[in-house]
Amino acid sequence: MHALHLFIFTRRPRPSSSHVFCWKSDVSSSYGSTLRYKNVERMKPIGKHSLLGASGEISDFQEILRYLDELILYDNMWDDGNSLGPKEVHNYLTRVMYNRRNKFNPLWNSLVLGGVKNGQKYLGTVSMIGVNFEDNHVATGFGNHLARPILRQEWHENLSFEDGVRLLEKCMRVLLYRDRSAINKLQIAKITEEGMTISQPYSLKTYWEFSAFENPTQGAVGSW
Amino acid sequence: MTKQQANWSPYDNNGGSCVAIAGADYCVIAADTRMSTGYNILTREYSKICKLADKCVMASSGFQADVKALQKQLAARHLIYQHQHNKQMNCPAMAQLLSNTLYYKRFFPYYSFNVLGGLDNEGKGCVFTYDAVGSYEKVGYSSQGSGSTLIMPFLDNQLKSPSPLLLPVQDAVTPLVEAEAVNLVKTVFASASERDIYTGDKLEIVVVTADGIRREYMELRKD
Repeated sequence: MHALHLFIFTRRPRPSSSHVFCWKSDVSSSYGSTLRYKNVERMKPIGKHSLLGASGEISDFQEILRYLDELILYDNMWDDGNSLGPKEVHNYLTRVMYNRRNKFNPLWNSLVLGGVKNGQKYLGTVSMIGVNFEDNHVATGFGNHLARPILRQEWHENLSFEDGVRLLEKCMRVLLYRDRSAINKLQIAKITEEGMTISQPYSLKTYWEFSAFENPTQGAVGSW
Repeated sequence: MTKQQANWSPYDNNGGSCVAIAGADYCVIAADTRMSTGYNILTREYSKICKLADKCVMASSGFQADVKALQKQLAARHLIYQHQHNKQMNCPAMAQLLSNTLYYKRFFPYYSFNVLGGLDNEGKGCVFTYDAVGSYEKVGYSSQGSGSTLIMPFLDNQLKSPSPLLLPVQDAVTPLVEAEAVNLVKTVFASASERDIYTGDKLEIVVVTADGIRREYMELRKD
């Protein structure tokens, strides 16, 4: 069931000052405390301009993708040159989540929606009870506790894509070390005005030789 | 057999404080921009203030999703009003609408604590204060939200409203000048940020006058 995400804005190095997004999520999906699935793609492109990432109940995420599929289809069928951007999709998702909460039957997800349309960047999030907001960086689950502080410290307006990736990898590494439901297999997505790419799963280099890891109870006899 | 308790709550408190002060020809409405959940800060730049009509502004704190839904409802109803009456709603009318909208969900409330501020038909400042189910009152000043217990006594001390029991009926509106009221608001939020963990980051101040609506910001403690 659980998983985590990190999303940030970055900017391409000058002269082209268009917006580039990057974000990461790991590819695991647990079933209670069992690490059931180890190759689940939890980030999906929506229409031409947006990317949706989810953590929580994967079956509910799949249902949301079906809703969005229909939304995008009907939008395309107008064939009027207009297309739903990330702001619009985020608003739709917020309404869906809130309405399900009103019926006491929530879609058990934390969603993140981001994208670029007409040079305008957007990054927003919705919770299972409909709480939503936009920001320069967002995270779900443990990411809120471990990664947001790092992002608050190190994110800035003129972050290059490469630096953005490095920053996210730093955050994901911390999460890997400290969240027991995380695995070392993650994907990174890049969104620009031109389009989006989701990478193949890859892993981060980790270091387990810290002396504190070797004999963890040394400083506190009797602790676990 | 014990009754099964709900393991999920449809409500959350996203914190924050709101204040409004009415003057002779102005109204100041202010709220912090922090949005929290539990002990986490979700974002430091979220506006709790919503312009409902030309001379009517609402600040709400509580459960953000309910606040958003409430703002959308009021905006939609205001649009219909404009279509039907060919004019903007005035502040007392919006005040009644807000009360009715809140009471409509008496048995599954909007977890939203509101202060409505603006100018009445004569151009005098007015402030209305609400609870979550629509009980409201016209006052000279008010605060709602997580910091209200810290802010309200201070406002009472500084703005000393005459007793509504006195005859002839005294005006609750403050004799302070606009700049003094704005300064008071800044002081009040700086104090609340010291002790209320849910109040801080940035203060958004909206001033409604005959000339229109002006917005101002002030940094607050980020811890």
